[in-house]
Amino acid sequence: MAKVLMKGNEAFAEACIRAGCRFFSGYPITPQTEILEYMSWRMEEVGGQFVQTESEVAGINMLFGAACCGARALTTSAGPGFSLKQEGISYLCGNDIPAVIADVMRIGSGLGDIFQGQGDYWQLTRGGGHGDYRTIVLAPASVQENADLAYLSFDLAEKYRHPVLVGSDAAIGQMVEPVELPEMREYDMNSHDWAIAPRKQGEEQKVIWNTYYTIGADTYMDYLKDKYRTIEENEQRWESVQTEDAEIVLVAYGISSRVSKAAVKQARAKGIKLGLIRPITLWPFPKKAFEQLGSQVKGFLCVEMSILGQMCDDVILATGNKHPVESYGEFANVPSEEVILEKVQQMLKQD
Amino acid sequence: MKCSVPNGVNTSAHIGWCPGCGHGIIARLVAEAAQALGIEDRIIMVEDVACGEFAQNVLQFNSIGAAHGRPIITAAGAKRVRPDAIVIAHPGDGSAYSIGMESTIHCALRNENILALVVNNSVFGMTGGQMSPTSLPNMKTTSSPHGRDVTKNGNIFDAMKVLSQLDIAYLARGSVESPAQVIKTGKMIQKALEKQMNNEGFCLVEVLSPCPTNWNLTPQEALEFMKEQEKYFQLGEFVDKGGK
Repeated sequence: MAKVLMKGNEAFAEACIRAGCRFFSGYPITPQTEILEYMSWRMEEVGGQFVQTESEVAGINMLFGAACCGARALTTSAGPGFSLKQEGISYLCGNDIPAVIADVMRIGSGLGDIFQGQGDYWQLTRGGGHGDYRTIVLAPASVQENADLAYLSFDLAEKYRHPVLVGSDAAIGQMVEPVELPEMREYDMNSHDWAIAPRKQGEEQKVIWNTYYTIGADTYMDYLKDKYRTIEENEQRWESVQTEDAEIVLVAYGISSRVSKAAVKQARAKGIKLGLIRPITLWPFPKKAFEQLGSQVKGFLCVEMSILGQMCDDVILATGNKHPVESYGEFANVPSEEVILEKVQQMLKQD
Repeated sequence: MKCSVPNGVNTSAHIGWCPGCGHGIIARLVAEAAQALGIEDRIIMVEDVACGEFAQNVLQFNSIGAAHGRPIITAAGAKRVRPDAIVIAHPGDGSAYSIGMESTIHCALRNENILALVVNNSVFGMTGGQMSPTSLPNMKTTSSPHGRDVTKNGNIFDAMKVLSQLDIAYLARGSVESPAQVIKTGKMIQKALEKQMNNEGFCLVEVLSPCPTNWNLTPQEALEFMKEQEKYFQLGEFVDKGGK
């Protein structure tokens, strides 16, 4: 299929439609609003349901109803609005219901601002709502990947009966790039035996509520551990760039990974052995990428748009703290190649 | 006298409601209406996390357990993707008129084709009888131990006054205070379900219901107290529109 020029948010929305998503409920907030706007006319064209809800809380809880009935359902938000989605995400996890939720990240806590940011890493990967749960988190780094991961997200959600979060950011959502859109797929919302629908003759009652009520506390403990272990084993995704001989390895996702990739190129031109691990799944964190590294590695530099260096914790866990893990965190500006190179050179001197 | 149980009621279920509670009567009315219309297999009940959720034990309809305050909006989501289902949201007064108020209003504004069956017992029942938006003036509850002071806590919320201004299909308030009212309430529920079958839009039926446990009254005294409740909450049909 030919490539077309598209905005990241719109490519994401179109890929969701092509994956068979036929229900969207959401609320306007910058920088995700293009998804809502795109869905407002596109959903109608394909005979799906679009609802601009009264709030983000309503959006996620309306999605909950549609998703319990087996529909491929999507809601999207950003920053303050994504915080309001957490109640529903916890319910989706508690009840084992697949759905896709995108957080087009902006900067800061509270109101913050509408520029690109990556400060929702902890909220995305630790479970921003109540209870004992995590969600699969996909982190696109281009318009193409926004489309590809949108397409994948519904399959993963249904495979594990679990919500999938897509954590992009204002830059990835707003930039325009060439993209090859995936094929339009047919999806049958009656293909799941757990989904709620009018009953067929003689069919037993179906109830969707907290899984723990259904299977009991003891069974639930094993069930939950096993579910997360399986996801962790099967779904780690990443891209490694010139890590084979790298002495310093950058770790970066989303918008920060694009700058980091350019920094690797610059460093190599100067003879510095720099590599990059780009997590595509933030949870499960791609620990396997780190297990594959050779003994020449001297340290890691996390590059992200987070003042507190939120991803560093996961790199320390993935590497067993065997090497120094440094943080280069930005707030209002996208990380710069120059600063990355300075920091890398400092790390090599200290060694 | 012959006693019959409507289809869809599981008589051997562990129920969970307190003696004298009105929820059981309301659940039976739903089952009777469903049987009269022959729609037992099409019903999706969307329960709240409160006393009403025990209906899931007795009513053998397909159902979804929504978050507290969210049954109406969750029901609207279910109906949007399952238009052939008959979808009933089953919140209490705290759910529909306190935490879930924004979606009660906006689902009515969008004329979502569902039935919101709101059980009004003037307290938060499951959490132990705290004040709700429908607690009567001066009513003692566990969070208004000196009685509801309307100067501090606001006046009671009357959904009929607000929602009757909106362009919806059906709005009514019944009560289970006496056999005559129970019969009338059953007819309201059945009418609302028929309207949903005809795609007429949003229906809300509120049912006044006794809560002897949290009112600190015997079941008999609780029925007497419902006459006080009815002074504030007028019974009857407030919106009854023909087809679209």
